[in-house]
Amino acid sequence: MAKVDWPAADKRALIGKRISRADGPVKATGAAKYSYDVNRPGLLYAKLVWSPYARAEVVSIDTGPAASMPGVKAVWKDDALIGKEVNYAGQILAAVAAQTEEMAVEAAQRIKVEYKPLEHQVRDDDPALSQGNPDKREDGNVDDALAKAEVVVNGHYSIPVITHCCLEPHGQVTEIRDGELYVWPSTQNVSGYADRSLAEATEIAQNKIHVDCQYMGGGFGSKFSVDKWGTIGAALSKQTGRPVKLMLDRDLELMIAGNRPSAHAAVKVGASKDGTLTAIDAEIWGTAGMGGTIPRDFPYVFTKIPNNRRVIKRIQAHRGSARAWRAPNHPQLCFLTMSALADTAAELKMDELDFFLKNLQFIDPKMNGGRAQEVYAEELKIAADLIGYKQKAHLRGDKNEGPIKRGLGMAIHTWGGQGHASECDVTISPDGSVEAKLGSQDLGTGARTCVGIVVAETLGLPLDSVKVEIGRNEYPKSGGSGGSTTIGGTSVSSRQAATAVLNELLAKVAPRLGVEPDALEARAGEIRVAADPSKKISWKEACAAIGVMPLTKRGVNTPADSVKAGLISQGVGGAQMADVAVDVETGIVTINELVAVQDCGLIIDLKTAESQVYGALIMGITSALFEEAVYDTKTGRMLNADMEFYRLSGIKDVGKLKVHMMTGPGYDDRGVIGLGEPPVISPAAAIANAVANAIGVRAPHLPLTPDRVIAALQKGGVAA
Amino acid sequence: MSDEIDSLKTAGLSRRGFLKGLGVGSVATGLLSPVSLKDALAKEGGVVGPGEVSVLLKINGQSRKVDVEPRVTLLDALRNRLDLTGCKKVCDRGTCGACTVLVDGNPVYSCSMLAIDAEGREITTVEGIGTPEKMNAVQKAFVEHDAQQCGFCTPGFVVACTAFVRKHPNASLDEVRAGLGGNLCRCGTYAGMMLAAVDSAKGGA
Repeated sequence: MAKVDWPAADKRALIGKRISRADGPVKATGAAKYSYDVNRPGLLYAKLVWSPYARAEVVSIDTGPAASMPGVKAVWKDDALIGKEVNYAGQILAAVAAQTEEMAVEAAQRIKVEYKPLEHQVRDDDPALSQGNPDKREDGNVDDALAKAEVVVNGHYSIPVITHCCLEPHGQVTEIRDGELYVWPSTQNVSGYADRSLAEATEIAQNKIHVDCQYMGGGFGSKFSVDKWGTIGAALSKQTGRPVKLMLDRDLELMIAGNRPSAHAAVKVGASKDGTLTAIDAEIWGTAGMGGTIPRDFPYVFTKIPNNRRVIKRIQAHRGSARAWRAPNHPQLCFLTMSALADTAAELKMDELDFFLKNLQFIDPKMNGGRAQEVYAEELKIAADLIGYKQKAHLRGDKNEGPIKRGLGMAIHTWGGQGHASECDVTISPDGSVEAKLGSQDLGTGARTCVGIVVAETLGLPLDSVKVEIGRNEYPKSGGSGGSTTIGGTSVSSRQAATAVLNELLAKVAPRLGVEPDALEARAGEIRVAADPSKKISWKEACAAIGVMPLTKRGVNTPADSVKAGLISQGVGGAQMADVAVDVETGIVTINELVAVQDCGLIIDLKTAESQVYGALIMGITSALFEEAVYDTKTGRMLNADMEFYRLSGIKDVGKLKVHMMTGPGYDDRGVIGLGEPPVISPAAAIANAVANAIGVRAPHLPLTPDRVIAALQKGGVAA
Repeated sequence: MSDEIDSLKTAGLSRRGFLKGLGVGSVATGLLSPVSLKDALAKEGGVVGPGEVSVLLKINGQSRKVDVEPRVTLLDALRNRLDLTGCKKVCDRGTCGACTVLVDGNPVYSCSMLAIDAEGREITTVEGIGTPEKMNAVQKAFVEHDAQQCGFCTPGFVVACTAFVRKHPNASLDEVRAGLGGNLCRCGTYAGMMLAAVDSAKGGA
């Protein structure tokens, strides 16, 4: 009997190799159909009407002028909001569905909403704006430890609200046919998408709602639910009896479809002269808009600093609500903690790497699979080698002449990444074909490819002989893709299902080869006797033995059991180092190089795994240098709800990137662990530390735009 | 349940069904019968619209007639009228490049060009550059170097990169960085893209 475990390194034909994603060709040729691309016969286009005020009473909504326009097929308004308050700009009030997109845009402009504007509050930079009691936690005696500390370093740092800016906006196509609802949403949550809100909007039972998402253009944590636009789209389909496409326009996408909370902090660090941390204290404030939490688990990674305290003050602001943003709260906490630590090293005139290594003792050794201190030390050393730390490092402030100053900085991070609950069906047919089906989704991570790799590896077949079907809620239920949980979940469920069909197949062909099923293995497109590979039959011949009907088995990942069995686990770490150049005359920061060293257990596809890390580095560079949702305090509106002024990195902004994955003994044997979140945590922190190292002074507020760098230089630092 | 899956699949995207629903090539909206762009320009002394006009677009080597109001962008004409959805609508104001197509061989943001202005020009969309079975050198290199994740920016990059490598055979990394500066990616696929662009520039596209 083949067992449900991971093959030993020398037995892996596909797992852990660099394999191109299976859906690469359809994506590269434009053949992949995303939700936004679904064009149904008789399709209508919907546009939304939203509040231009951050806070106002809605007096009335008049859809009449829109409804009477030619081409307009339906209007919708939120009667429940009349006489009530809207409390962020972008809040949806009405909608229109029309025959063409242009007609819908024009009709939406004719819907008249009368408002009574009310006072609003969109700032997040003053703790006095917070509501409720601060959330306070203290270990040890911080005041006492700071009073006794040989060195105390004060810092004030901030990291702003940023948006997800998914290139495919949120939205969906809906269609009602024969009393059933068909939805093509852009979602991270295929199996869990069809919730009660859709059933209520259409009076169609949840089990008559069909979800299909084959390709989706980015989610990053913001696309789990139906959302108001989902129920509006479904209601418009019900009203008109026609398919309706409702995708958010870019401005709305940036205003209301999720964001990452800000974090400002006043931090005090106590240390002894030899560089040992003795205390850390932070008052943290920020906003998650109208809803959601702000970062709180401070200090980050170095959780065992003997005396530590944090006081959290959440500011509710009249802005769109936060949503999970890739590694929720970790990048902010990492930036606050690593900045404070680097500033302490600088104050002590200690090498930053020596300082980090010395204080790894304050990391919980139980973290990250139980070897956290050792692994971080190893990862920092590898990162140092890759970036040429010894040759390039200097104490804070590049003393070289000229306007271009160079600096290095670092950060470390942690993440869980345990696989979610997942079910998968694998079917083998008498003609030898293989199909895996599961209600999962591929956000661009390579999830589809990895299922194929696991099934093909299990059955001893090439990857292209396995057809992977995902993206429909008719398929076996698999968890939403959040928190780096997909790879662990789907790898186990698909391995189990493939092993189960294989075992049945081996039992059927064993008599023909004159051995017990246990003596057989599936390798290289054959079923063969492990001890005597010359005794074999081809995969196709073997499958012919299953009879006239295909054979299907279901695999089920129950996370707790799979952890016990060593198939999956959680807790990974990574170290990153940045090498930057800063022009102290213009304030422009250039990334020379960014290095990531990352562990994540057993890697299924090294190529797409590395892509996750490269991508995370680039997202991190973007947040370090460019991204910020800018709000106007007077109007309460987001000023840069577009892609011209809400700036993403371009190809010329990213410098040289190096990725090193920790693999082999000590890593592979931890089982499969998720990777989507962890590498996006450290880049901003490492880059900010590198900038401080270059210019000799902390530029404490992200993003590190030229004005902020110049402002920091005016307070000190190196001269040109 | 399997019947439902099948019906979802078969009713799934039939291009013919979609185009029929839209009435491309006939009177789409029941408004006045559109005149051709040429006639409209001649008759109205250069003023076209606001009603629909009939435009003949040369796309991927084929002539396609489409009735559009003058305000319709080339992007929306391609995506909404002709079901050529490879070009994506992302920023819709000439910043991100996801809607890039070739017009007379040059990369153009199709969100920033009106469909009526594209009459008589040679338009090439990503669908005209290659198919999954027969990719061009750029597309092959994008797959090989994993220069894509969610893939939503990819068609725009592939079109821009194809135009770039045709003009800059043997381009250096620095030239690639400058040449692909008109497109944006959110997932962060630039590392693979640089390799893909340099690679395909060697072979030509």
